[in-house]
Amino acid sequence: MKPLILTLRARPDHRLDLSPLVPHLLAGKTSAAIEKIALQTTHGCVAVGDVFRMRMGDTQQVRIEGACDRLDLVGHGMTDGDIAVEGDVGSQAGRLMSGGRLTINGSVGPFAGSGMAGGHLDIIRSAGDRLGGPLAGEMAGMRGGVVTVRGDVGDRAGDRMRRGTIIVEGKAGRHAGSRMIAGTLLVRRVAGALPGYLMRRGTLVLGEGCDGFSPTFVDCGVHDLVATRLLESFVKAYSARAASILRRPLRRLAGDMAVLGKGEIFCSPD
Amino acid sequence: MHHVTVKGVRVDDTFAEAFGMRATAVIITADTMQWAHQAAVTMTGFGTSVIGCGCEAGIDRELDPKETPDGRPGLRVLLFAVSTSELQKQLLGRVGQCVLTSPGSACYAGLTGEERLKLGSALRYFGDGWQVSKRVAGRHYWRVPVMDGEFVCEAATGLTKQAVGGGNLLIMGRSARATLVAAEAAVKAIHCVPDAIMPFPGGIARSGSKVGSKYKTVKASTNDAYCPTLRGAVNTALDPDVASVLEIVIDGLTPDAVGQAMRAGIAAIIKLGPSRGAMRIGAGNYGGSLGPHHFHLKALLP
Repeated sequence: MKPLILTLRARPDHRLDLSPLVPHLLAGKTSAAIEKIALQTTHGCVAVGDVFRMRMGDTQQVRIEGACDRLDLVGHGMTDGDIAVEGDVGSQAGRLMSGGRLTINGSVGPFAGSGMAGGHLDIIRSAGDRLGGPLAGEMAGMRGGVVTVRGDVGDRAGDRMRRGTIIVEGKAGRHAGSRMIAGTLLVRRVAGALPGYLMRRGTLVLGEGCDGFSPTFVDCGVHDLVATRLLESFVKAYSARAASILRRPLRRLAGDMAVLGKGEIFCSPD
Repeated sequence: MHHVTVKGVRVDDTFAEAFGMRATAVIITADTMQWAHQAAVTMTGFGTSVIGCGCEAGIDRELDPKETPDGRPGLRVLLFAVSTSELQKQLLGRVGQCVLTSPGSACYAGLTGEERLKLGSALRYFGDGWQVSKRVAGRHYWRVPVMDGEFVCEAATGLTKQAVGGGNLLIMGRSARATLVAAEAAVKAIHCVPDAIMPFPGGIARSGSKVGSKYKTVKASTNDAYCPTLRGAVNTALDPDVASVLEIVIDGLTPDAVGQAMRAGIAAIIKLGPSRGAMRIGAGNYGGSLGPHHFHLKALLP
């Protein structure tokens, strides 16, 4: 069955909340009912039919075309199905998603994958700051699932991450893996300064090192561990390029000793 | 004893009587197959009979690196016990003393299922607080720092209550040498059957037992009816031309695995023939009233 296609008529005047347009909320709705769904903007409500041209199809497969960075909360809370977006999107893409697959064929704004608990968020270009991180007042960020970013990510990727895996094929900004509680963040290229800042537990893998480690991380030597083999076989299914950095002995830094100190950073032995 | 003769080998018209057991499986890997094998052999040592060992244990099969979670050579080991609590105790004791201690080893669940037994989630305390929990691809591992690096151990493994213990074949020949050759051929064939083990040394038991003894404190004693040196002194089950008897005991994760293993063993003995191997195949039972699983030899003929 063909996917349900929503094509943006024009760049909206205000930020648009797309959280109602997820497969489990669209299931069983007719074309007319979907077109009448109210979407919140920063200035009031609009109907789906006002901002999108729609071609009805399988509500388990939603395709959003002509997207722009004013579309926020794409795939918010999605539990199943498939959403594919052509173009950039705004903040909080895939926030609180617990299942399914969300593919953004473009870049995303800040807080993508925030509080995510399951599923796969695939970002074909770059991601903004605090990828997978919590919003203000929340105790934990990402709690499960997998995020892959084919480009670069901003500052504080994986902030307060508790479980799950983030795979970045490009570079990361400052404080990657800051305040991590657990989970895995892999950056294939170079990371900004102070990766793992105040991390308690969890694993950071840096393919090309970083702009400067915190002195509160301690060198534990170079090792070829079974754990990185397990990680490699898992990561390979999502990104062969990123998995390649695990196929060698790696230097293990333990930290952040300023807090609990049970986290680790794996990096090149050099 | 009524029998049928197949290619010169007499097959008794009898059955093996087997019992329900609890079982689990683990996968042991290491940097080389030699060390994976060493860990598995050590772990399954002194695991021949629940009568005196607490559990029955054996190597199910070798695993190709592509079949193991960490891509290294490995083996699958099966453990059988009479209760879940005893199985749990034996599993932790054996993995903790024999696999954790073996150079370069790692240990993973070898069985899925809703019911679980603790593995790494109990052994992790050896890490004295330095152990690390890791979830990868939906599986939960514990990384315990040890002197050669890390011992990686999956948090839990599966338990089955459908397991069967006590499938058996009695192999009878005109000489000890010929009987051993036939038993070895059967063991080799049974090794190819998945989900089944032969817990005795090299898969073969020379000291089959009967229940009870003339001595009050002894739970099991020699099966005098099958001892060739007592042929004239007891109510023997042996023919005049039988000089040696060996037993293969089989435990399986399912009744079907035990049946397939016995079928493979019988076929190998018959293929070898009476001139080079055994002249008669029998099976041990208690009259059929104790064990719920009856494996009739006639139904397992090739």
